[in-house]
Amino acid sequence: MSYIGDVIGGIKTLLTGMKVTGGYFFPSIINKKYIITRQYPDEPAIVMDRFKGEVVMWHNENNEHRCTGCQACEIACPNGSIEIIWDRVLNEETGKKVKVIDQHIYHLGMCTMCNLCIQACPTNAIMWSTNFHNSTYDRSQLTKVLNKPGSKLMAGVEE
Amino acid sequence: MILTNTTNYFGDLVSFLAEKMGIGGQILAYVIVAAVYLGFFAIAGLLLVYIERRVAAFFQLRLGPNRVGPHGIFQTIADALKLLSKEIFGTNRKDNLLYTTAYYLVIIAALVSLSVIPFSIGVQAYDLNIGVFFISAVSSVGVLGILFGGWGSNNKYSLIGGMRSGLQMISYELSSGLAILTIILLAGTLQMSGIIEAQRDTWFILKGHIPAWIAFFIFVIAGTAESNRTPFDLPEGEAELGAGYHSEYSGMGFAYFFLAEFINMFIIAAVGVTLFFGGWLAPFGITDTLPWQPLWGAVWFFLKVAVFIFFMMWFRWTFPRLRIDQLLTLEWKYLLPIGLLNIVLMAVIVYYNVLISF
Amino acid sequence: MKTVTLNTGDLKSQEYFLNMGPQHPATHGVLRLILTMDGEIVKNIEPDLGYIHRSIEKQCEYEGYKQIIHLTDRMDYLSSHINNEAVALAIEQALEIEVPERVKVIRTIMGELTRIASHLLWWGVMGMDVGALTTFMYAFRDREMINDIMEETCGARLTMSYSTPGGVMFDLHPNFQKRVKEFIPHLRSVIPKYDELLTGNVIFQKRMKGVGVLSYEDAISHGASGPVARGSGVSCDRRIKDPYSAFKARDIKFNEILFTEGDNLARYNVRMKEMLESLNIIEQLIDNIPDDGIQAKTKALIKLPKGEFLQRVETARGDMGVYIVSDGKKNPYRVKFRSPGFSNLNALIEIGKGHLIADLVAIMSTLDFVVPDIDR
Repeated sequence: MSYIGDVIGGIKTLLTGMKVTGGYFFPSIINKKYIITRQYPDEPAIVMDRFKGEVVMWHNENNEHRCTGCQACEIACPNGSIEIIWDRVLNEETGKKVKVIDQHIYHLGMCTMCNLCIQACPTNAIMWSTNFHNSTYDRSQLTKVLNKPGSKLMAGVEE
Repeated sequence: MILTNTTNYFGDLVSFLAEKMGIGGQILAYVIVAAVYLGFFAIAGLLLVYIERRVAAFFQLRLGPNRVGPHGIFQTIADALKLLSKEIFGTNRKDNLLYTTAYYLVIIAALVSLSVIPFSIGVQAYDLNIGVFFISAVSSVGVLGILFGGWGSNNKYSLIGGMRSGLQMISYELSSGLAILTIILLAGTLQMSGIIEAQRDTWFILKGHIPAWIAFFIFVIAGTAESNRTPFDLPEGEAELGAGYHSEYSGMGFAYFFLAEFINMFIIAAVGVTLFFGGWLAPFGITDTLPWQPLWGAVWFFLKVAVFIFFMMWFRWTFPRLRIDQLLTLEWKYLLPIGLLNIVLMAVIVYYNVLISF
Repeated sequence: MKTVTLNTGDLKSQEYFLNMGPQHPATHGVLRLILTMDGEIVKNIEPDLGYIHRSIEKQCEYEGYKQIIHLTDRMDYLSSHINNEAVALAIEQALEIEVPERVKVIRTIMGELTRIASHLLWWGVMGMDVGALTTFMYAFRDREMINDIMEETCGARLTMSYSTPGGVMFDLHPNFQKRVKEFIPHLRSVIPKYDELLTGNVIFQKRMKGVGVLSYEDAISHGASGPVARGSGVSCDRRIKDPYSAFKARDIKFNEILFTEGDNLARYNVRMKEMLESLNIIEQLIDNIPDDGIQAKTKALIKLPKGEFLQRVETARGDMGVYIVSDGKKNPYRVKFRSPGFSNLNALIEIGKGHLIADLVAIMSTLDFVVPDIDR
């Protein structure tokens, strides 16, 4: 009789379903290793090395960076997240005017982490940081100046 | 068989205070009993919400609330405080009378049902001689609250939820009633304490063997449906209706609906345990010789209820939701005919006394 | 099961409008459906789009060719890598450059991983839409493994921007092969469990079987593609019809999953089986990834020759087309994306009528559209 068969078959499928959830419930109540969520502020987040968190500019211990102000990143950026304010300064040794950056402005709020600026940079001045703690109370704080105050171009990068 | 001379601690309290202080004492005793029940209601509701969240979390490989207090046990209290402090925010097109009576009806129905449930030997506010019938009757008042809420919110989603709830409750009352009747054939009484006494030698789930098992399955399904839980949570059905009948409620209005759902679950479990698993009786009387009998009774009662509730949670976190027409098909084409046949079967079995008893 | 008809007799009921969305848990985003309802029965469906329109096609006209790619991430964000690949392929086709075989293989593996991730998310949400809440976390556990693989190699979990014209952004991470090889047996072992949990469940079967039947003819006339069309028996897999990347370069053996019922269950089964097929594809590629560079020679500023270029790929949702009209400048004259979700949404209007509101939710779930993909 299909009526009784339906009832019994139906109950059987329900029980197999319960077997699956039960098979996850009882181990996870005993052993924490089955738990897939992480208690974030207590346990550190796992962030991969290549994670594209925000663009930063590398500085060495003498507060020197590698940015020549060539503006390749500014051109490569699809949505205008990068603005470079630069000037030409007379180099006393060579007597030539050299392009020097004043401020490398980075709008994190507009950045889509597309990697084009970093790909475009000829001197590897900018790179990804894995920092993801980017929330602020004010949107203006997301506009960052990447070169540190008083920093200057590392010697030998121009060549 | 109606038991009359059993102990009842609440009854004793009333008569004791009435003797000492006259009518004032009697009223005081009633207030105390009511306060005890309200306190139990709140604590049990909050605890069940916590347990549900924890159990759900482990089913889903999560941890659940674990911040407020040890293992997060105060999380629901914090949530309740938050809901208390929230602004009561609703639509201004609502039907005010129905909208505001709705959650009181739901919560009163749940609270009144609690009063006849025997928690242990003599721990029962009112040992009514029609106890089981009383619970069935009162719990159907709760659906009115949901219907009122659905209608009074003046929201189409709420209305659909409320109407679904009405359909569902009216249908499944029948099946749960039949399942209860099947057991009453065995017990020969509607009184809760009498039903438990009748199981002193053998629990009805064993005594009634096949028809008792069928009645138990029907009772579990109908009970889950009556408490509006998955797979029968159509009145809320969050994927379809947002929040269903309580879409327009906020703050404590919502909390009342929420608590009442969990208390209803407790009541279903308590009735199921009383009818099928001997209520507060210890299995095979293993603790019958120990002192503190009421305490042991409560321990066994709550243990059984906990297992029952755990299974209801297991259903909830495993099964998909039924559709409304399938819900009615299940009731009218499967549960009701099976329940009717089952009651005949049970009658035959009781008549010829083909029962198992130890 | 066909459409539900109630014998109302003399009872007169009034039809009413129900706004489903833009804020509704079942519309998966900001889709608004204006439903004409008779009780719980849906009489008419009118999708109202535009709540997440960002004019991506217009933006593309102001961007260079390399810069278009990151916009396509934001269309169908669940198969973002395949979108990237489509644009990259279209540009490569226009420039007539041959990318290294390593790039082709990497792109295909990534694409199949994206497809699995998308289907896993769909499976979890599918369960939630029919009321089984636990499926969501199980699916996310497995999807998380793919996301980790993506993060390790591409640097992002969802919007990878990994393909570029002529290659890929980064080389594979040293752990990549190991992690993928760990993932394949894991998914193979859990999918039978998922079948036990949801697919076999009697309630689920009853909810799905015979609901929302999209006929073979309707599937074609509405332009449905992907698993939706394959559930109706329309063979439309771009990976077979006009192969690209490693499907062209390598001899990959896999089956196109076809079901003829056209109902919810058929669409469901297509996706469940497609996950396993994707695993097969990855397995055939993962062991021999050639080592011939990750970037073909391209100019720093790409200019496409004058002309019109079309590239079709198979995303997790179906047939995605990129159509670029170039006038020889550094940015395109016009870009048109043919999104699978839009056509599949058309099918909803046809098959949703006459069902209960709960069925409508289930149908929407099996059509599996991503609203930003519909609006762009």
